[in-house]
Amino acid sequence: MTALLSWLRRDLRGAISLGFLAALTLLAVLAPLIAPYSPTAQSVAEMLAEPSGAHWLGTDDLGRDVLSRLLHAIGASLYASVLAVAVGAAIGIPIGFVSGFVGGWFDEAISRVIDTLLSFPGIVLAVGVTGALGIGLTNGMIAVGIVFSPTLARLARAQTLVIKHELYVDAARCFGASPWRIIRRHIMPNAIQPVIVQLTLLLAMGLLAEASLSFLGLGVQPPTPSWGAMLARAYSYMEIAPEQMYAPGLAILFTALAFNALGESLRIALDPTMRRR
Amino acid sequence: MMPEQINGNEPLLRVSGLNVHFGIGAAAVRAIADVGFTVRKGERVGIVGESGCGKTVTGLALMGLLPRHTTHVTGQMLMDGRNLLELGPRAMQRVRGRQIAMIFQEPMNALDPVFTIGEQISETLRAHFRIGRAEARDRAVAALEAVGIPLPARRYSEYPHQLSGGMRQRAMIAIALACEPRLLIADEPTTALDVTIQAQIIDLLLELSSRTETALLFITHDLGVVASACTRLLTMYAGEIVEDADVDAALVAPRHPYTSGLLRSLPRLTPRKSRLPSIAGQVPSPAEMPEGCRFAPRCAHRGPLCANPVPLIDLGDRRVRCARHAELTLPGCAERRLA
Amino acid sequence: MMGKRVRLALRRAAQVIPVLILATLVVFLLLHLVPGDPAVTLAGENATEEHIAEIRHFYGFDQPLAVQYLHWLANAAQGDLSHSLISSESVRTSILQHFPATLLIVGLAMLLSIAVGVPLGILAATHQGGPIDTAVTSLASLGVALPNFWLAMILVGWFALQLNLLPATGAAALTEDPVSALRHAILPAVALSAGGIAEVVRQLRSALLEVLSSQFVRTLYAKGLPPRLILWKHVLRNVGVTLLTVLGILFNRLLGATVVVEAVFAIPGMGSLIVQAAIAKDFPVVQGVVFAMVLVVILTNLLIDVLYSMLDPRVSV
Repeated sequence: MTALLSWLRRDLRGAISLGFLAALTLLAVLAPLIAPYSPTAQSVAEMLAEPSGAHWLGTDDLGRDVLSRLLHAIGASLYASVLAVAVGAAIGIPIGFVSGFVGGWFDEAISRVIDTLLSFPGIVLAVGVTGALGIGLTNGMIAVGIVFSPTLARLARAQTLVIKHELYVDAARCFGASPWRIIRRHIMPNAIQPVIVQLTLLLAMGLLAEASLSFLGLGVQPPTPSWGAMLARAYSYMEIAPEQMYAPGLAILFTALAFNALGESLRIALDPTMRRR
Repeated sequence: MMPEQINGNEPLLRVSGLNVHFGIGAAAVRAIADVGFTVRKGERVGIVGESGCGKTVTGLALMGLLPRHTTHVTGQMLMDGRNLLELGPRAMQRVRGRQIAMIFQEPMNALDPVFTIGEQISETLRAHFRIGRAEARDRAVAALEAVGIPLPARRYSEYPHQLSGGMRQRAMIAIALACEPRLLIADEPTTALDVTIQAQIIDLLLELSSRTETALLFITHDLGVVASACTRLLTMYAGEIVEDADVDAALVAPRHPYTSGLLRSLPRLTPRKSRLPSIAGQVPSPAEMPEGCRFAPRCAHRGPLCANPVPLIDLGDRRVRCARHAELTLPGCAERRLA
Repeated sequence: MMGKRVRLALRRAAQVIPVLILATLVVFLLLHLVPGDPAVTLAGENATEEHIAEIRHFYGFDQPLAVQYLHWLANAAQGDLSHSLISSESVRTSILQHFPATLLIVGLAMLLSIAVGVPLGILAATHQGGPIDTAVTSLASLGVALPNFWLAMILVGWFALQLNLLPATGAAALTEDPVSALRHAILPAVALSAGGIAEVVRQLRSALLEVLSSQFVRTLYAKGLPPRLILWKHVLRNVGVTLLTVLGILFNRLLGATVVVEAVFAIPGMGSLIVQAAIAKDFPVVQGVVFAMVLVVILTNLLIDVLYSMLDPRVSV
């Protein structure tokens, strides 16, 4: 706890981003209680209303309260980021660790597959996989997770290779430890730090991917609110109500910035050689 | 003008009151404290001490190569009546490589990997002399030949990774000596090399320095190198000079316990019964310097006087920073090795 | 010497073949990610049993997967990427129609990313820790987190709708009307390049810092070379290799990012093609687009690899 406090004191950027993300999570949980309106309640009388006392951020083309939709969309965005990263980690990290640890032709083959998958432009592959799996937020994020997995596999593999050659692993092998024990007790804890940083940075990518897919109509489906989908609607009515595009865009931008800043802070906090800088 | 300069007795380089601070403001620590010494034309001076004693920092300070925004250098470094520390960046640039050159420990990392050896010599020549490409090339080939690199014309167009470690260090020396500097600072030039190559490189440096009358400033932790190559020995400890003496005198009868300790930890060829003595403890960091004599915490001879700061005492033929130098008789090497 | 380099290039090309084959496998398996019977999915709702059976036979779903793959591969090798399920147009024709628009904005965005990113990266690295560095790196962080389609919307709002400087949507063929094509491509390219500039700045800055702190740079100073020569001749030459790698990554990223940006500008490019196909479950088109894009990326990377081996003398010949 004191270590956490001293970290926060040293690293203001990290503290702010962590605070922002914590507040965002809280808002997502409390959205049904604090949002002034239902996110799906339409009102023909109040279509594309400008911001006012009743509707702080105005209303959309169906007369729905933008602020309420914005708040209700937090949950979907965070869920999407976490899901995509979790899928990517679940597929990529074990493959990377095992590949790096086993070595030989197996590693060679896996590396080729990773190289190949990394040649696919990310969103294109995600759109393709989403199309195959079926359109929807969860499928979209599984697709994004699949796209993330080779990056994580490569990182995990590289970390494993570095640490595999460290002396103490050899020592453990001499004592007859099983490969699984070596991986669990020796490789995991040391290799995991850059992976944690990468996971945090990928949360931002996941968020942006969710927004992109929802914007394209491949992610969150109406009437469920999502920042990306809100932008798509705002775009259709941009000539009438241009101010509608700012709030969801800023929400995406700040959340992505917070994830990235947190990742950078973690990188510095976890890497002893970075502290001097 | 000082009278000394006119009658030619002024040394090539006179360093006095050199201080180097790392860091800025209150957090600054003094890494080099009041260092002063002279180097005469063609003289070969060895600076010894453990790592962290400030040898390399002294060398980099002479070259003006310490990072400007994180270090603060004060004092005097006189060459040709000019204080190098007061020179602007452009003027210092003309001194580097031309008047004072430096070679480093790791010849692989010290050369640019994506340019040929020859180009790295030619560009140095062209930076200091008004010469064309063709002439620079000829002189670069000559420089390669001078450092004993076989087939110099062919090596000219090879890249550093194509050369062996010893050849790379020869190329490095060729770069450093191409412009015929008057002082060459060699910072651990042989540490990264095989033992057999080490001797070759030392011999090469000696030969070249005596042929061209280039003064040598040897920075090393290897007293054997100093014994065989240098005429004068400067012992540094914790950022200070603790002894400055003729090599022969210092080896036989050191007057500072630290020099004596370094000499006694030298392995000898003659078999001995006792284990190799070593100096207990380690060099204090600049942030936590002892109040008095900096070596006192590790010194077997420390007395009550050692709690006070000790000046560098001039004994005429040598200088020593030890409060008890008059009472102590310290062991050195029995005989001058390799002499 | 040159002969060796050519042989090296050929060997690199040979190494690409397994990657290419793996890529086709991935593309092929994309369709088979579909849960359940692809024929049922393809036939759509309310399909009769006969219709499903017909589709199954037509697409060869009744054959073993390996046979299907080899069949698809043989066709793809001849440039036949099957037909759209919706319009029954040849997928190859659609791709050839849609690729130029995409390549135009991606190419323009690449140019912008380099033209802006390289100077900024150099500026940041040479002023490390100073206010310029802080400003540039902050800008780069912003560029990474900025949703490019949102930036695209803002650009449309400001420059097309309010100021009326550039067209808001659409595209024109470079071969038919170059001026109009470029005018249409500017805003999409700017929107795309935000992320590209950020990528170039970050990678170049860290590569430069690494080189600047390396020992050989200290030697260059010790030789008395002027700082400008050290930066522009030695440091940049050493970073050139990194820069090439960055260009490869950049091309890949921009090609992906263009999907969303094309949607904003209603550009009839590869992005629009694949999104419409994905929504309509037009799988041959999806497969074709993914395949065409990865093919272009792999070939670009090959080109970069060859250039790389020519630039860096350390690459073993």
